[in-house]
Amino acid sequence: MNRTEDIRADDLLLFCTQRNERIRLPYFLEYYREMGVGHFFFVDNDSNDGSLDYLADQPDVSVWSAKASYKRARFGVDWLNWLQMKYAHGHWALTVDPDEFLVYPFCDTRPLRALTDWLDASSIKSFSAMLLDMYPKGRLDEQPYQAGQNPIEIASWFDSGNYTISRNHLFTNLWIQGGPRARVFFPDEPAKAPALNKVPLVKWDKRYTYVSSTHMLLPRGLNQVYDEWGGEKASGVLLHAKFLDTFGAKAEEELERSEHYAASVEYKAYADRLKDDPQLWCKWSERYISWRQLEILGLMSKGNWA
Amino acid sequence: MLVHTALGRAEQIARHWAAAGCPVVIHVDKNVPRKTRETFVAGLSDLRDVYFCARYRCEWGTWGIVAASQSASEKMLAQFPDVRHVYLASGSCLPLRPVQELIDYLDQRPRTDFIESATTSDVPWTVGGLDEERFTMRFPVSWKKNRFLFDKFVQIQRRFKIKRKMPNGLVPHMGSQWWCLSRQTLSAILQDPDRPTYDSFFREVWIPDESYFQTLARQYSTKIESRSLTLSKFDFQGKPHIFYDDHLQLLRRSDCFVARKIWPYANVLYDAFLTDAEGAMKKTEPNPGKIDRIFSKAVERRTRGRSGLYMQSRFPNEDWENGVTAAPYSMFQGFAELFEDFEVWLGKATGARVHGHLFAKDKVQYAEGQNAINGALADSALLRDYNNRAFLTNLIWNTRGERQCFQFGPEDNQEINWRIAKDPNAQISVITGAWAVPLFRSNLDFGDIRARAAKLQKIESEHMDVLRSPYTKARVRIWTMADFIEAPMEPLQGILDEIGRTKLRRLSEAPKMVDLAGFGQFLQNLKNQGMHPYLMGDFPAERTMEPVQKPPRKPYLVQ
Repeated sequence: MNRTEDIRADDLLLFCTQRNERIRLPYFLEYYREMGVGHFFFVDNDSNDGSLDYLADQPDVSVWSAKASYKRARFGVDWLNWLQMKYAHGHWALTVDPDEFLVYPFCDTRPLRALTDWLDASSIKSFSAMLLDMYPKGRLDEQPYQAGQNPIEIASWFDSGNYTISRNHLFTNLWIQGGPRARVFFPDEPAKAPALNKVPLVKWDKRYTYVSSTHMLLPRGLNQVYDEWGGEKASGVLLHAKFLDTFGAKAEEELERSEHYAASVEYKAYADRLKDDPQLWCKWSERYISWRQLEILGLMSKGNWA
Repeated sequence: MLVHTALGRAEQIARHWAAAGCPVVIHVDKNVPRKTRETFVAGLSDLRDVYFCARYRCEWGTWGIVAASQSASEKMLAQFPDVRHVYLASGSCLPLRPVQELIDYLDQRPRTDFIESATTSDVPWTVGGLDEERFTMRFPVSWKKNRFLFDKFVQIQRRFKIKRKMPNGLVPHMGSQWWCLSRQTLSAILQDPDRPTYDSFFREVWIPDESYFQTLARQYSTKIESRSLTLSKFDFQGKPHIFYDDHLQLLRRSDCFVARKIWPYANVLYDAFLTDAEGAMKKTEPNPGKIDRIFSKAVERRTRGRSGLYMQSRFPNEDWENGVTAAPYSMFQGFAELFEDFEVWLGKATGARVHGHLFAKDKVQYAEGQNAINGALADSALLRDYNNRAFLTNLIWNTRGERQCFQFGPEDNQEINWRIAKDPNAQISVITGAWAVPLFRSNLDFGDIRARAAKLQKIESEHMDVLRSPYTKARVRIWTMADFIEAPMEPLQGILDEIGRTKLRRLSEAPKMVDLAGFGQFLQNLKNQGMHPYLMGDFPAERTMEPVQKPPRKPYLVQ
């Protein structure tokens, strides 16, 4: 279903790949519509839960279906790069997964367009939003998630201060690791813990391309979302509501398919460590309140936006 | 009124001024497409006192903006002979107070010109590192569009010392481009017989819109008030801050007549301020300082940031951090070996959080045996060693507001040594050689003790070289063990005083020192086996040669 003719010149566009995420889609669409996204681009990877039909019925969604391997399309990046090259030139493009919810400075009082207008005025082309893994208190499968519900109501806890950063000199981006997955899944092999750095919001140009998920881009200048002389640039957070009761089933399915990053190492770690007592919460977990809390904790920054 | 985008808002503002009885002349940027312009002009055609003037291309920092202001001013003065003050505004300016208040205010000051105008030598407003050179050089290319060529031109002119002279001995002045001038001053500038000379000079000045009227007004005005009636805040790149709906309360407390720049979609602001006198909100006590603080804090955050924070959008290069860590902390080496229950005692004496060996090889020894700490920082040595710098900075950042103390020693992972040594927040106290005490009290074979002692001495000695290097910025105190036990109270008092939050006025209870009877002989035995322990200082073997006659030493106690 291609509705790209409806796109207006100044629309904010959202790009997303999904597979069998029917239950998450209603709230996802609502969240980003509210924020001011004008048009959604979905690539559906061989879903069989009705999500393709659901998406095709939405008035502001264009959806493509891809039967091929998610892994060989470099985890969906190739599909989205192609769509972005074709449709996103000159637009602000937000690239997120169905379980990622963008939070930026003043997002409770200012729409996303306020941010992109400010970025335009400041000649900034890309905006960083680190992935923050959210989890419930208690067992992951204790509170079932209902379609349309805000997943952060369930997965409302996070790790506030155990992230490590190093520079990737090849692409000049930062490589951020840590959080509950490093703490619980990979305490013995911290190097294998997943990357949390993301640059999901970009004033797209057809020469641009995502290299590995939304972790880094080419040309490299787009990865310079951090200040090196002590100052703070403006940044946001992607609340990652992956760890709901649906995670166990997903992990089993994905282990079978082996279509995920580094031979699904994360789902393996889950199967090894969490299956019997799936808990990520600990005494020092922090409960999510607002973007201001994240800014005070130093996970994101207003930069010079006031 | 200069407009170039968000023409819908510009129309609203023009109507607002006109409704209050102020004639308006609008300059529409030449870059605005014909169709958009025509719709805009047609939209305002019902207003008698709204005029449009000849159009110029207005690009930031170029002459176009001055030309536009001139053309609009000329039209205003010619069309409306009753006008006494002309206010230069833009389409994104928003009147904060009822227009009548502004009219009254100007009526009371009929001769005053409100224009911010300061000599270049006195103000630090520089963009791109240029102040006086704005006037003495030529700027044929755009700074925004072609930074490289712009910089090249500047370099060449600096190199060959090419300088222009101010015409007629004018003194260059700069200031906000948004002014309010009286007819007398404004017409004197526009009708000056030398205007062609001035115009051709300022045409090649950089950012003439901040200097043309500001300089020339000084020539004619009888009374200048050097400030702008327009509230406008600039960020560190010299671009104006933008106001949004959530600034409503802030703007209500401003005492300025007009604010810019307003985000065109800030519906709440436009609805709140674009009303007549009856609809206006009741007045609140002006507090313009608050706006200043918020915006200067934003600049500070962007340029200096929060010390000791490492995150996705702040990752300073080494030695450029404005502070390696977020807060002062203390590291103790040798104290826990020499004193029994040193950690408990220190916690009591200072109220600080006292950890064990944070960098121990097997695990992180947090205070009270916790298996994690603020921020969910785990006690796994593997996770810590994966990035020990981040571990340290995270720990200090997560616990800011509470002093952290921890133990260190040659048995610990030494990779962090340089980082701590170069951190001005670190307060490091070392009793060298105290690592021998646990060996002395242990039940190991002497051969093993000898090997262990040799290794630890080497490690500690290297660490002391680091701490004594000229690159070290930490507050470092080093005593040999022999010196320290001679008079332990004085150094302990010094350390506590520096931590600062001592609960006790004076140190009345010293920590209990372990029994050292036989320690001198122990060291002598090591020497006899060819391993010379030197870090602990001079311990005469004789001092403890006759332990039988002496009762065991009592712990130090000061009354």
